[in-house]
Amino acid sequence: MGEPMIQLIDVYKSFGDNPVLRGATLTIERGETMVIIGGSGTGKSVILKHIIGLMKPDRGKVVVSGKDLATLKERALDELRKKFGMLFQGAALFDSLSVWENVGFSLRQQTHLSDREIKQLAVEKLAGVGLRGVEDRMPADLSGGMKKRVGLARALAMEPEILLYDEPTTGLDPIMADAINELIVEMKRRLKVTGVAITHDMTSAYKIADRIAMLYQGKILQVGTPDAIKNSGNPIVHQFVTGSSVGPIKTV
Amino acid sequence: MNWLERIGSKTTKFIEEIGRICLLFLQALKWSLRPPLGFRNILKQMEEIGVRSVPVVLITAVSTGMVLALQSHTGFKRFNAESLVGTVVALSLTRELGPVLTGLIVAGRAGAAMAAELGTMRVTEQIDALSTMATNPIKYLIVPRLLAGMLMLPILTIFSDAIGIAGGYFVAVKVLDVNPVVYMRRTTDFLEFDDIFGGLLKALVFGIIIATVSCYKGFNTEGGAEGVGKATTGAVVLSSMLILISDYFLTAMLF
Repeated sequence: MGEPMIQLIDVYKSFGDNPVLRGATLTIERGETMVIIGGSGTGKSVILKHIIGLMKPDRGKVVVSGKDLATLKERALDELRKKFGMLFQGAALFDSLSVWENVGFSLRQQTHLSDREIKQLAVEKLAGVGLRGVEDRMPADLSGGMKKRVGLARALAMEPEILLYDEPTTGLDPIMADAINELIVEMKRRLKVTGVAITHDMTSAYKIADRIAMLYQGKILQVGTPDAIKNSGNPIVHQFVTGSSVGPIKTV
Repeated sequence: MNWLERIGSKTTKFIEEIGRICLLFLQALKWSLRPPLGFRNILKQMEEIGVRSVPVVLITAVSTGMVLALQSHTGFKRFNAESLVGTVVALSLTRELGPVLTGLIVAGRAGAAMAAELGTMRVTEQIDALSTMATNPIKYLIVPRLLAGMLMLPILTIFSDAIGIAGGYFVAVKVLDVNPVVYMRRTTDFLEFDDIFGGLLKALVFGIIIATVSCYKGFNTEGGAEGVGKATTGAVVLSSMLILISDYFLTAMLF
Protein backbone atom coordinates (compact mmCIF):
# COMPACT_ATOMS: atom_id res chain seq x y z
CA MET A 1 0.00 0.00 0.00
CA GLY A 2 2.86 2.44 0.77
CA GLU A 3 2.21 5.68 2.58
CA PRO A 4 -1.44 6.67 2.93
CA MET A 5 -2.75 9.40 0.63
CA ILE A 6 -4.63 11.32 3.28
CA GLN A 7 -4.42 11.23 7.05
CA LEU A 8 -6.49 13.11 9.57
CA ILE A 9 -4.87 12.83 12.95
CA ASP A 10 -6.87 13.81 16.01
CA VAL A 11 -8.47 16.82 14.33
CA TYR A 12 -10.42 19.32 16.42
CA LYS A 13 -12.44 22.19 14.96
CA SER A 14 -14.94 24.52 16.58
CA PHE A 15 -17.06 27.33 15.19
CA GLY A 16 -17.60 29.77 18.01
CA ASP A 17 -18.87 27.71 20.93
CA ASN A 18 -19.88 24.86 18.67
CA PRO A 19 -17.37 22.02 18.54
CA VAL A 20 -17.81 20.22 15.24
CA LEU A 21 -14.81 17.92 15.05
CA ARG A 22 -13.62 16.43 18.33
CA GLY A 23 -10.64 14.28 17.64
CA ALA A 24 -11.44 12.90 14.20
CA THR A 25 -8.84 10.39 12.99
CA LEU A 26 -9.02 8.74 9.59
CA THR A 27 -6.56 7.23 7.12
CA ILE A 28 -7.32 7.04 3.42
CA GLU A 29 -5.12 4.79 1.30
CA ARG A 30 -3.90 5.58 -2.17
CA GLY A 31 -6.38 4.48 -4.82
CA GLU A 32 -9.30 3.68 -2.58
CA THR A 33 -12.66 5.42 -2.42
CA MET A 34 -13.56 6.36 1.12
CA VAL A 35 -17.11 7.39 1.85
CA ILE A 36 -17.76 9.36 5.00
CA ILE A 37 -21.31 9.06 6.24
CA GLY A 38 -23.05 10.89 9.04
CA GLY A 39 -26.13 12.96 9.78
CA SER A 40 -26.71 16.48 8.54
CA GLY A 41 -24.67 19.07 10.37
CA THR A 42 -22.26 16.56 11.89
CA GLY A 43 -19.24 18.07 10.14
CA LYS A 44 -18.81 15.92 7.05
CA SER A 45 -18.27 18.95 4.83
CA VAL A 46 -15.89 20.34 7.43
CA ILE A 47 -13.73 17.20 7.07
CA LEU A 48 -13.67 17.59 3.31
CA LYS A 49 -12.69 21.26 3.63
CA HIS A 50 -9.86 20.27 5.97
CA ILE A 51 -8.53 17.73 3.49
CA ILE A 52 -8.18 20.35 0.77
CA GLY A 53 -6.94 23.04 3.13
CA LEU A 54 -9.93 25.38 2.93
CA MET A 55 -10.09 25.13 6.72
CA LYS A 56 -7.34 24.69 9.25
CA PRO A 57 -7.75 22.47 12.30
CA ASP A 58 -7.74 24.07 15.76
CA ARG A 59 -5.76 21.07 16.94
CA GLY A 60 -4.43 17.94 15.23
CA LYS A 61 -2.94 17.37 11.81
CA VAL A 62 -4.07 16.88 8.24
CA VAL A 63 -1.46 15.12 6.11
CA VAL A 64 -1.84 14.78 2.35
CA SER A 65 0.68 12.65 0.47
CA GLY A 66 3.17 13.05 3.28
CA LYS A 67 2.78 16.82 3.72
CA ASP A 68 1.30 18.44 6.80
CA LEU A 69 -1.06 21.08 5.40
CA ALA A 70 -0.56 23.41 8.36
CA THR A 71 3.14 23.79 7.57
CA LEU A 72 2.60 24.71 3.91
CA LYS A 73 2.88 28.27 2.67
CA GLU A 74 0.26 29.66 0.31
CA ARG A 75 2.16 28.74 -2.81
CA ALA A 76 3.04 25.23 -1.69
CA LEU A 77 -0.58 24.69 -0.71
CA ASP A 78 -1.71 25.78 -4.17
CA GLU A 79 0.83 23.39 -5.64
CA LEU A 80 -0.60 20.54 -3.56
CA ARG A 81 -4.13 21.53 -4.52
CA LYS A 82 -3.33 20.83 -8.13
CA LYS A 83 -3.46 17.16 -7.15
CA PHE A 84 -7.09 17.63 -6.18
CA GLY A 85 -10.36 17.82 -7.99
CA MET A 86 -13.50 18.63 -6.07
CA LEU A 87 -17.13 18.18 -6.95
CA PHE A 88 -19.24 20.55 -4.89
CA GLN A 89 -22.70 19.82 -3.62
CA GLY A 90 -24.36 22.42 -5.83
CA ALA A 91 -21.61 21.94 -8.45
CA ALA A 92 -20.40 25.52 -7.73
CA LEU A 93 -20.00 26.29 -11.42
CA PHE A 94 -18.91 29.86 -12.14
CA ASP A 95 -22.12 31.33 -13.47
CA SER A 96 -20.44 34.15 -15.34
CA LEU A 97 -18.56 31.62 -17.50
CA SER A 98 -19.85 29.21 -20.13
CA VAL A 99 -19.70 25.46 -19.62
CA TRP A 100 -16.44 24.97 -21.50
CA GLU A 101 -14.83 27.93 -19.75
CA ASN A 102 -15.79 26.33 -16.45
CA VAL A 103 -14.30 22.99 -17.40
CA GLY A 104 -11.20 24.68 -18.79
CA PHE A 105 -10.83 27.14 -15.92
CA SER A 106 -7.71 25.61 -14.39
CA LEU A 107 -6.20 25.06 -17.81
CA ARG A 108 -6.62 28.74 -18.56
CA GLN A 109 -5.20 29.81 -15.21
CA GLN A 110 -2.31 27.40 -15.04
CA THR A 111 -1.24 26.55 -18.55
CA HIS A 112 -0.40 28.56 -21.64
CA LEU A 113 -2.77 26.72 -23.95
CA SER A 114 -4.78 28.77 -26.42
CA ASP A 115 -8.53 29.16 -26.00
CA ARG A 116 -9.12 26.85 -28.91
CA GLU A 117 -7.02 24.07 -27.37
CA ILE A 118 -8.68 24.56 -24.00
CA LYS A 119 -12.13 24.32 -25.55
CA GLN A 120 -11.07 21.16 -27.37
CA LEU A 121 -9.90 19.58 -24.11
CA ALA A 122 -13.04 20.73 -22.31
CA VAL A 123 -15.23 19.09 -24.94
CA GLU A 124 -13.29 15.85 -24.45
CA LYS A 125 -13.70 16.01 -20.67
CA LEU A 126 -17.41 16.69 -21.09
CA ALA A 127 -17.76 13.71 -23.38
CA GLY A 128 -16.03 11.66 -20.67
CA VAL A 129 -18.90 12.40 -18.30
CA GLY A 130 -21.51 11.77 -20.96
CA LEU A 131 -22.25 15.34 -22.04
CA ARG A 132 -22.21 16.44 -25.67
CA GLY A 133 -23.13 19.72 -27.31
CA VAL A 134 -23.47 21.72 -24.10
CA GLU A 135 -20.07 23.43 -24.11
CA ASP A 136 -21.40 26.83 -25.19
CA ARG A 137 -24.30 26.93 -22.77
CA MET A 138 -24.29 28.88 -19.53
CA PRO A 139 -24.54 27.01 -16.22
CA ALA A 140 -27.93 28.59 -15.47
CA ASP A 141 -29.38 26.75 -18.48
CA LEU A 142 -28.44 23.29 -17.19
CA SER A 143 -30.43 20.83 -15.06
CA GLY A 144 -29.13 19.75 -11.65
CA GLY A 145 -27.77 16.47 -12.98
CA MET A 146 -26.03 18.16 -15.89
CA LYS A 147 -24.46 20.71 -13.55
CA LYS A 148 -23.00 17.90 -11.46
CA ARG A 149 -21.58 16.28 -14.57
CA VAL A 150 -20.03 19.56 -15.66
CA GLY A 151 -18.69 19.97 -12.12
CA LEU A 152 -17.16 16.51 -12.39
CA ALA A 153 -15.65 17.30 -15.78
CA ARG A 154 -14.15 20.46 -14.28
CA ALA A 155 -12.77 18.49 -11.33
CA LEU A 156 -11.15 16.07 -13.78
CA ALA A 157 -9.71 18.71 -16.08
CA MET A 158 -6.26 18.81 -14.49
CA GLU A 159 -6.07 15.03 -14.12
CA PRO A 160 -6.10 14.99 -10.33
CA GLU A 161 -4.85 12.21 -8.09
CA ILE A 162 -7.51 12.83 -5.49
CA LEU A 163 -11.18 13.50 -6.11
CA LEU A 164 -13.40 14.92 -3.39
CA TYR A 165 -17.16 14.58 -3.71
CA ASP A 166 -19.43 16.70 -1.52
CA GLU A 167 -22.78 14.90 -1.44
CA PRO A 168 -22.59 13.87 -5.10
CA THR A 169 -26.16 12.55 -5.30
CA THR A 170 -28.01 15.06 -3.13
CA GLY A 171 -30.84 16.79 -4.95
CA LEU A 172 -30.90 14.38 -7.88
CA ASP A 173 -33.62 11.94 -8.84
CA PRO A 174 -32.74 8.27 -8.18
CA ILE A 175 -31.85 7.51 -11.79
CA MET A 176 -29.63 10.55 -12.20
CA ALA A 177 -28.10 9.75 -8.80
CA ASP A 178 -27.25 6.26 -10.00
CA ALA A 179 -25.72 7.66 -13.18
CA ILE A 180 -23.45 9.88 -11.07
CA ASN A 181 -22.54 6.89 -8.88
CA GLU A 182 -21.63 4.95 -12.03
CA LEU A 183 -19.41 7.82 -13.12
CA ILE A 184 -17.64 7.90 -9.78
CA VAL A 185 -16.97 4.16 -9.95
CA GLU A 186 -15.77 4.50 -13.51
CA MET A 187 -13.40 7.38 -12.62
CA LYS A 188 -11.81 5.23 -9.98
CA ARG A 189 -11.45 2.27 -12.33
CA ARG A 190 -10.24 4.25 -15.31
CA LEU A 191 -8.08 6.91 -13.68
CA LYS A 192 -7.04 5.08 -10.48
CA VAL A 193 -7.80 8.18 -8.42
CA THR A 194 -8.16 8.27 -4.68
CA GLY A 195 -11.69 9.32 -3.82
CA VAL A 196 -13.27 10.83 -0.76
CA ALA A 197 -17.02 11.27 -0.78
CA ILE A 198 -19.34 12.49 1.92
CA THR A 199 -22.96 11.53 1.76
CA HIS A 200 -25.96 10.42 3.76
CA ASP A 201 -27.31 8.50 0.80
CA MET A 202 -26.59 4.89 1.74
CA THR A 203 -27.40 3.49 -1.70
CA SER A 204 -24.71 5.71 -3.12
CA ALA A 205 -22.28 4.89 -0.30
CA TYR A 206 -22.58 1.13 -0.82
CA LYS A 207 -22.15 1.49 -4.53
CA ILE A 208 -19.06 3.69 -4.68
CA ALA A 209 -17.17 2.90 -1.47
CA ASP A 210 -14.21 0.65 -0.89
CA ARG A 211 -14.49 1.60 2.75
CA ILE A 212 -17.04 3.59 4.69
CA ALA A 213 -16.37 5.75 7.76
CA MET A 214 -19.14 6.86 10.08
CA LEU A 215 -18.77 10.31 11.61
CA TYR A 216 -20.65 10.82 14.85
CA GLN A 217 -20.30 13.59 17.43
CA GLY A 218 -17.10 14.86 15.88
CA LYS A 219 -15.29 11.52 15.81
CA ILE A 220 -14.95 8.65 13.40
CA LEU A 221 -17.01 5.96 15.05
CA GLN A 222 -16.30 3.05 12.76
CA VAL A 223 -14.41 2.40 9.53
CA GLY A 224 -15.02 -0.67 7.45
CA THR A 225 -15.98 -2.24 4.15
CA PRO A 226 -19.54 -1.63 2.98
CA ASP A 227 -20.45 -5.12 4.20
CA ALA A 228 -18.94 -4.53 7.61
CA ILE A 229 -20.84 -1.27 7.94
CA LYS A 230 -24.07 -2.82 6.71
CA ASN A 231 -23.83 -5.52 9.36
CA SER A 232 -22.32 -3.33 12.05
CA GLY A 233 -22.94 -4.35 15.64
CA ASN A 234 -22.62 -0.73 16.75
CA PRO A 235 -26.14 0.47 17.54
CA ILE A 236 -25.43 4.01 16.29
CA VAL A 237 -24.03 2.86 12.95
CA HIS A 238 -26.81 0.31 12.64
CA GLN A 239 -29.47 2.94 13.24
CA PHE A 240 -27.94 5.29 10.68
CA VAL A 241 -27.46 2.81 7.85
CA THR A 242 -30.93 1.34 8.31
CA GLY A 243 -32.39 4.82 8.48
CA SER A 244 -34.44 4.38 11.59
CA SER A 245 -35.65 7.29 13.71
CA VAL A 246 -35.64 5.00 16.77
CA GLY A 247 -32.29 4.39 18.46
CA PRO A 248 -29.38 6.12 20.17
CA ILE A 249 -29.13 8.98 17.59
CA LYS A 250 -31.49 11.72 18.66
CA THR A 251 -33.54 13.30 15.91
CA VAL A 252 -34.34 16.51 17.74
CA MET B 1 -25.19 50.05 31.95
CA ASN B 2 -26.71 47.78 29.37
CA TRP B 3 -27.14 50.41 26.66
CA LEU B 4 -23.64 51.67 27.24
CA GLU B 5 -22.29 48.16 26.78
CA ARG B 6 -24.29 47.80 23.62
CA ILE B 7 -22.87 51.02 22.17
CA GLY B 8 -19.42 49.85 23.19
CA SER B 9 -19.68 46.47 21.53
CA LYS B 10 -21.20 47.99 18.38
CA THR B 11 -18.32 50.46 18.18
CA THR B 12 -15.73 47.74 18.72
CA LYS B 13 -17.35 45.64 16.00
CA PHE B 14 -17.35 48.58 13.61
CA ILE B 15 -13.68 49.33 14.22
CA GLU B 16 -12.82 45.65 13.84
CA GLU B 17 -14.63 45.57 10.51
CA ILE B 18 -12.77 48.64 9.27
CA GLY B 19 -9.54 46.95 10.31
CA ARG B 20 -10.39 43.81 8.36
CA ILE B 21 -11.32 45.88 5.34
CA CYS B 22 -7.93 47.62 5.49
CA LEU B 23 -6.19 44.25 5.72
CA LEU B 24 -8.12 43.01 2.71
CA PHE B 25 -7.06 46.12 0.82
CA LEU B 26 -3.41 45.49 1.66
CA GLN B 27 -3.69 41.86 0.59
CA ALA B 28 -5.32 42.86 -2.68
CA LEU B 29 -2.57 45.41 -3.22
CA LYS B 30 0.05 42.73 -2.62
CA TRP B 31 -1.63 40.37 -5.09
CA SER B 32 -1.97 43.13 -7.67
CA LEU B 33 1.81 43.31 -7.83
CA ARG B 34 2.15 39.65 -8.78
CA PRO B 35 1.81 38.94 -12.47
CA PRO B 36 -0.11 37.81 -14.43
CA LEU B 37 -2.78 40.45 -13.94
CA GLY B 38 -5.63 39.00 -15.98
CA PHE B 39 -6.46 41.92 -18.24
CA ARG B 40 -9.58 40.25 -19.49
CA ASN B 41 -11.09 40.46 -16.01
CA ILE B 42 -9.91 44.02 -15.42
CA LEU B 43 -11.47 45.20 -18.68
CA LYS B 44 -14.71 43.46 -17.79
CA GLN B 45 -14.81 45.21 -14.43
CA MET B 46 -13.92 48.54 -15.99
CA GLU B 47 -16.96 48.16 -18.18
CA GLU B 48 -19.10 47.11 -15.24
CA ILE B 49 -17.98 49.87 -12.87
CA GLY B 50 -17.17 52.62 -15.35
CA VAL B 51 -18.90 52.40 -18.69
CA ARG B 52 -22.23 51.26 -17.32
CA SER B 53 -22.24 54.03 -14.73
CA VAL B 54 -21.77 56.79 -17.30
CA PRO B 55 -25.46 57.60 -17.98
CA VAL B 56 -26.51 57.89 -14.36
CA VAL B 57 -23.35 59.80 -13.41
CA LEU B 58 -23.89 62.26 -16.26
CA ILE B 59 -27.54 62.85 -15.44
CA THR B 60 -26.64 63.50 -11.81
CA ALA B 61 -23.81 65.84 -12.78
CA VAL B 62 -25.77 67.89 -15.27
CA SER B 63 -28.70 68.40 -12.94
CA THR B 64 -26.38 69.27 -10.08
CA GLY B 65 -24.58 71.84 -12.22
CA MET B 66 -27.87 73.34 -13.33
CA VAL B 67 -29.30 73.53 -9.82
CA LEU B 68 -26.06 75.00 -8.50
CA ALA B 69 -26.22 77.76 -11.10
CA LEU B 70 -29.85 78.43 -10.34
CA GLN B 71 -29.38 78.55 -6.58
CA SER B 72 -26.17 80.53 -6.47
CA HIS B 73 -27.58 82.99 -9.00
CA THR B 74 -30.49 83.69 -6.67
CA GLY B 75 -28.11 84.29 -3.81
CA PHE B 76 -25.52 86.35 -5.66
CA LYS B 77 -28.16 88.49 -7.29
CA ARG B 78 -28.93 89.97 -3.86
CA PHE B 79 -25.56 91.70 -3.87
CA ASN B 80 -25.08 92.04 -7.61
CA ALA B 81 -22.44 89.37 -7.99
CA GLU B 82 -24.16 87.19 -10.60
CA SER B 83 -20.94 86.92 -12.54
CA LEU B 84 -19.50 84.77 -9.77
CA VAL B 85 -21.95 81.96 -10.50
CA GLY B 86 -19.43 80.39 -12.86
CA THR B 87 -16.75 80.33 -10.18
CA VAL B 88 -19.02 78.76 -7.61
CA VAL B 89 -20.25 76.09 -10.00
CA ALA B 90 -16.77 75.18 -11.16
CA LEU B 91 -15.20 75.10 -7.71
CA SER B 92 -18.03 73.20 -6.03
CA LEU B 93 -18.11 70.61 -8.76
CA THR B 94 -14.42 69.92 -9.18
CA ARG B 95 -13.48 70.04 -5.51
CA GLU B 96 -16.51 68.46 -3.94
CA LEU B 97 -19.66 67.48 -5.74
CA GLY B 98 -18.11 65.82 -8.77
CA PRO B 99 -16.13 63.19 -6.86
CA VAL B 100 -18.58 62.76 -3.97
CA LEU B 101 -21.73 62.37 -6.05
CA THR B 102 -19.94 60.08 -8.48
CA GLY B 103 -18.68 58.04 -5.54
CA LEU B 104 -22.12 57.74 -3.97
CA ILE B 105 -23.73 56.76 -7.26
CA VAL B 106 -21.12 54.17 -8.13
CA ALA B 107 -21.38 52.80 -4.58
CA GLY B 108 -25.10 52.36 -5.09
CA ARG B 109 -24.82 50.92 -8.54
CA ALA B 110 -21.58 49.01 -9.00
CA GLY B 111 -20.82 48.47 -5.31
CA ALA B 112 -24.16 46.80 -4.74
CA ALA B 113 -23.72 44.64 -7.83
CA MET B 114 -20.23 43.63 -6.71
CA ALA B 115 -21.35 42.65 -3.22
CA ALA B 116 -24.33 40.72 -4.58
CA GLU B 117 -22.26 38.86 -7.16
CA LEU B 118 -19.46 37.92 -4.79
CA GLY B 119 -21.96 37.14 -2.03
CA THR B 120 -23.78 34.73 -4.32
CA MET B 121 -20.46 33.19 -5.28
CA ARG B 122 -19.66 32.73 -1.61
CA VAL B 123 -22.94 31.04 -0.66
CA THR B 124 -22.90 28.78 -3.72
CA GLU B 125 -19.30 27.75 -2.90
CA GLN B 126 -17.89 29.25 -6.08
CA ILE B 127 -15.23 31.08 -4.07
CA ASP B 128 -14.23 27.81 -2.37
CA ALA B 129 -14.14 26.22 -5.80
CA LEU B 130 -11.62 28.84 -6.92
CA SER B 131 -9.35 27.99 -4.00
CA THR B 132 -9.60 24.27 -4.68
CA MET B 133 -8.50 24.96 -8.24
CA ALA B 134 -5.34 26.62 -6.93
CA THR B 135 -6.55 30.08 -7.91
CA ASN B 136 -6.38 32.72 -5.21
CA PRO B 137 -9.85 34.31 -4.90
CA ILE B 138 -8.40 37.66 -3.85
CA LYS B 139 -6.26 37.80 -6.93
CA TYR B 140 -8.90 36.51 -9.29
CA LEU B 141 -11.94 38.38 -7.93
CA ILE B 142 -10.87 41.37 -5.86
CA VAL B 143 -7.77 42.67 -7.67
CA PRO B 144 -9.58 43.35 -10.98
CA ARG B 145 -12.43 45.10 -9.16
CA LEU B 146 -10.05 47.19 -7.09
CA LEU B 147 -7.93 48.25 -10.06
CA ALA B 148 -11.01 49.01 -12.14
CA GLY B 149 -12.47 51.07 -9.29
CA MET B 150 -9.24 53.03 -8.83
CA LEU B 151 -9.10 53.77 -12.53
CA MET B 152 -12.74 54.40 -13.37
CA LEU B 153 -13.76 56.65 -10.49
CA PRO B 154 -11.36 59.47 -11.51
CA ILE B 155 -12.40 59.07 -15.15
CA LEU B 156 -16.09 59.25 -14.27
CA THR B 157 -15.33 62.29 -12.14
CA ILE B 158 -13.70 64.07 -15.07
CA PHE B 159 -16.88 63.46 -17.09
CA SER B 160 -18.97 64.56 -14.19
CA ASP B 161 -16.97 67.80 -13.69
CA ALA B 162 -17.17 68.67 -17.37
CA ILE B 163 -20.83 67.99 -17.88
CA GLY B 164 -21.74 69.65 -14.58
CA ILE B 165 -19.93 72.84 -15.59
CA ALA B 166 -21.65 72.68 -18.96
CA GLY B 167 -25.02 72.35 -17.23
CA GLY B 168 -24.26 75.36 -15.05
CA TYR B 169 -23.19 77.35 -18.09
CA PHE B 170 -26.39 76.47 -19.91
CA VAL B 171 -28.64 77.61 -17.07
CA ALA B 172 -26.64 80.75 -16.29
CA VAL B 173 -26.22 81.91 -19.87
CA LYS B 174 -29.33 80.67 -21.63
CA VAL B 175 -31.88 80.84 -18.83
CA LEU B 176 -30.60 83.52 -16.47
CA ASP B 177 -28.97 85.73 -19.09
CA VAL B 178 -25.53 85.99 -17.54
CA ASN B 179 -23.00 87.30 -20.03
CA PRO B 180 -21.30 84.19 -21.55
CA VAL B 181 -17.86 85.78 -21.84
CA VAL B 182 -17.88 86.94 -18.24
CA TYR B 183 -19.20 83.58 -17.10
CA MET B 184 -16.42 81.67 -18.85
CA ARG B 185 -13.75 84.04 -17.62
CA ARG B 186 -14.98 83.77 -14.04
CA THR B 187 -14.89 80.00 -14.41
CA THR B 188 -11.38 79.76 -15.83
CA ASP B 189 -9.79 82.59 -13.86
CA PHE B 190 -10.47 81.11 -10.48
CA LEU B 191 -10.29 77.41 -11.26
CA GLU B 192 -6.84 76.05 -10.53
CA PHE B 193 -5.28 72.80 -11.51
CA ASP B 194 -5.09 71.79 -7.85
CA ASP B 195 -8.87 72.01 -7.55
CA ILE B 196 -9.32 69.45 -10.27
CA PHE B 197 -6.42 67.29 -9.21
CA GLY B 198 -7.56 67.24 -5.57
CA GLY B 199 -11.00 66.18 -6.70
CA LEU B 200 -9.58 63.35 -8.78
CA LEU B 201 -7.45 62.19 -5.87
CA LYS B 202 -10.61 62.03 -3.78
CA ALA B 203 -12.25 60.00 -6.53
CA LEU B 204 -9.35 57.56 -6.48
CA VAL B 205 -9.77 57.06 -2.74
CA PHE B 206 -13.53 56.61 -3.18
CA GLY B 207 -12.86 54.00 -5.85
CA ILE B 208 -10.68 52.09 -3.40
CA ILE B 209 -13.35 52.37 -0.69
CA ILE B 210 -16.17 51.16 -2.93
CA ALA B 211 -14.28 48.18 -4.35
CA THR B 212 -12.73 47.07 -1.08
CA VAL B 213 -15.86 47.45 1.05
CA SER B 214 -18.12 45.78 -1.51
CA CYS B 215 -15.71 42.90 -2.04
CA TYR B 216 -15.28 42.51 1.71
CA LYS B 217 -19.03 42.37 2.25
CA GLY B 218 -19.46 39.92 -0.60
CA PHE B 219 -16.64 37.66 0.57
CA ASN B 220 -18.02 37.53 4.10
CA THR B 221 -21.59 36.72 3.13
CA GLU B 222 -23.26 34.06 5.22
CA GLY B 223 -26.58 32.32 5.01
CA GLY B 224 -28.16 32.11 1.58
CA ALA B 225 -30.33 34.64 -0.21
CA GLU B 226 -31.01 36.68 2.91
CA GLY B 227 -27.29 36.94 3.55
CA VAL B 228 -26.67 38.18 0.02
CA GLY B 229 -29.32 40.86 0.55
CA LYS B 230 -27.72 41.93 3.80
CA ALA B 231 -24.26 42.01 2.26
CA THR B 232 -25.52 44.18 -0.60
CA THR B 233 -27.23 46.69 1.68
CA GLY B 234 -24.25 46.64 4.01
CA ALA B 235 -21.86 47.34 1.16
CA VAL B 236 -23.82 50.38 -0.06
CA VAL B 237 -24.38 51.81 3.42
CA LEU B 238 -20.83 51.31 4.63
CA SER B 239 -19.11 52.54 1.49
CA SER B 240 -21.38 55.61 1.31
CA MET B 241 -20.64 56.37 4.94
CA LEU B 242 -16.92 55.95 4.49
CA ILE B 243 -16.99 58.13 1.38
CA LEU B 244 -18.65 60.95 3.30
CA ILE B 245 -16.41 60.60 6.35
CA SER B 246 -13.19 60.35 4.37
CA ASP B 247 -14.33 63.27 2.20
CA TYR B 248 -14.06 65.61 5.17
CA PHE B 249 -10.58 64.49 6.06
CA LEU B 250 -9.42 64.48 2.46
CA THR B 251 -10.70 68.01 2.03
CA ALA B 252 -8.93 69.10 5.18
CA MET B 253 -5.69 67.51 4.04
CA LEU B 254 -5.71 68.27 0.34
CA PHE B 255 -6.83 71.86 0.07
